[in-house]
Amino acid sequence: MASPTAVDLSAPVIEIDHVVKRFGDFVAVDDANFSIRQGEFFSMLGPSGCGKTTTLRMIAGFEQPTSGAIRLDGVDVSKVPPNKRDVNTVFQQYALFPHMNVFDNVSFGPQAQNVDKATIKKRVSEILEVVRLTEFASRRPAQLSGGQQQRVALARALVNLPKALLLDEPLGALDLKLRHAMQFELKRIQREVGITFVYVTHDQEEALTMSDRIAVMSDGRVEQIGTPAEIYENPATVFVAGFIGQANLWSATVTDRSATSATVSALGGSTLSGSCVADSVRAGAPVTLMVRPERISISMNPPCGDMQSVNAIVTDLTFQGPVVRLALSAPDGSPIIANIDPDADLPLLRPGHNVWASWAPTAACVLPDAPDQPRTLDDIVVEG
Amino acid sequence: MTVAAVPSRVRRPRRERDGDDTGVSARRWFTPWLLIAPGGLWLLIFFILPLFSLGRLSLEDGGLSNYSTVISDNSTVIIRTFVYATISTVAAIVIGYPLAYVIATKGGKYKNFLLALVILPFFVTYLVRTLSWKILLFDGGPVVAILQSVGILNDNQSILGSPFAVVSALTYNFLPFMVLPIYVSLEKLDHRLLDAAADLYSSPARAFRKITLRLSLPGLFAGTLLTFIPAAGDFVNSELLGSDRTVMIGQIIEKNFGKEFFRPELSALSFMLMAMILIGVIVYARLLGTEEIA
Repeated sequence: MASPTAVDLSAPVIEIDHVVKRFGDFVAVDDANFSIRQGEFFSMLGPSGCGKTTTLRMIAGFEQPTSGAIRLDGVDVSKVPPNKRDVNTVFQQYALFPHMNVFDNVSFGPQAQNVDKATIKKRVSEILEVVRLTEFASRRPAQLSGGQQQRVALARALVNLPKALLLDEPLGALDLKLRHAMQFELKRIQREVGITFVYVTHDQEEALTMSDRIAVMSDGRVEQIGTPAEIYENPATVFVAGFIGQANLWSATVTDRSATSATVSALGGSTLSGSCVADSVRAGAPVTLMVRPERISISMNPPCGDMQSVNAIVTDLTFQGPVVRLALSAPDGSPIIANIDPDADLPLLRPGHNVWASWAPTAACVLPDAPDQPRTLDDIVVEG
Repeated sequence: MTVAAVPSRVRRPRRERDGDDTGVSARRWFTPWLLIAPGGLWLLIFFILPLFSLGRLSLEDGGLSNYSTVISDNSTVIIRTFVYATISTVAAIVIGYPLAYVIATKGGKYKNFLLALVILPFFVTYLVRTLSWKILLFDGGPVVAILQSVGILNDNQSILGSPFAVVSALTYNFLPFMVLPIYVSLEKLDHRLLDAAADLYSSPARAFRKITLRLSLPGLFAGTLLTFIPAAGDFVNSELLGSDRTVMIGQIIEKNFGKEFFRPELSALSFMLMAMILIGVIVYARLLGTEEIA
């Protein structure tokens, strides 16, 4: 931790207060309302055009909210230009200054703030050490690899010790292997400097790996905010369920509703239940039942105990390395996807066989239907 | 490795067996030379050889003393020429940079139209363009009338024949050569760099100084060369719009070469003009910082 004093982890450093951003008729951000806590790794996740980058640019000061306020450490900065805001950005394509070497790039911010030369030199060499680029200080950006350029961009922003670091898909330009390495690198750096990170990405795996909390966005709206586990286990909407990880999403009708769960009729008349928190879900309402593929187990005989189960026909088997992906067809024809252990003792599992798909009631979620929601996995387009 | 390189690799051993390999490598060696041959020959015959004979001629009779003679005989004209060329180049930067900047950054869909306007004067020949200035600036003309009516000029003062007329026309004639290269360098400037500069606490003025201006230096440098060199060698503007008080080196060379062609002193004067332009350019490049231009 760079900060010598104890940091109040619950204090909000950034407050997004009912922020709306319109470009002409297009609503880019629709009433975003959340706050980001001191020292947290906060991600905004969603497909392209969901408003996440616009929200980030409003925090940085490149865009101004149409209505609502953005507060930094409690001070309204909605109308403050970017050069007077104490946040720094790591840009998508890094935007390093091509005519300056690494040292000059990194010292650009402190120089603009008229920090004295000796302090600049000390701070730049410290931060270059953190990002492990000490021996590259006199190189130009063009002489560096993509990963190194990425770390220069990080150092250039972090050297200013901003209240928050804003990262706009910073790993998007890197290849997969380097991206994985940089994910851990980013987490390490964030722990080391203790600065709040606000991270924009369309890659759900990246967000799950790194974040303390995630805001999932779609069409300008914040769909859900929570820890990676909360969002994965208890998605609030069908969109979140489909966007984060893989999900079976089945149409269902509510037959009974209790405080925290609902019983539904789905998959050709089976009576199934799942956890449910949405107030809008009432008896008779059309809903979506969600179960993650890895929570489904397969057996040749009906399972015993407190398990939800349906009878289904195997349609396809795909070996995927760590798991076998099993495609099944429910009595009503709905597809069921199950990821099962390759070592599972199921010797007679072939297309056409009749099996039992079952899961614990806690693995299922009953989600309210949105008017224009995607119906199946294939309908949810996730950019790569 | 390129796709084309693969088959040649594969076939090579067979060619070696056929004794054909020397032919291939000779052809490889020869091709680039063949491609530059037309241009190279052209330059050799019409530029290097005449230049060489001009240089030899400049050393005949008096040898190097030819140079000191022309310099002392024409010192006023030489100084005047470089002062005019420098002023018109600076004026072209002052007028041309903001123009290029606005077209490149604010032009939007009118970019090409505005650029076309910049180039439009080129559709009229150099001579006619310059002559038209005569109509604009003559004693009974609109410019003089306006300046006299507001009291900037006395009733018996004129513009035609003055250094102002010559420098203005030089600036006008070479302005597009300044605007176009600056425009090109500003056009390809990544605006995200300016976002980054603003993000790093820079005011718009500092961002311009540290980013925009620095990254447009190559364009500024090219524009300066394209303006200064022809301006320093020009003889048309002073001839048509100037007077005895505005004579430039180009005029002296042009006039005398017409009459008495092969004179060592004239060759020396021509060579000296070239050398001084070259020295000026090198000093300028150093001042701007060679690394930024490369």
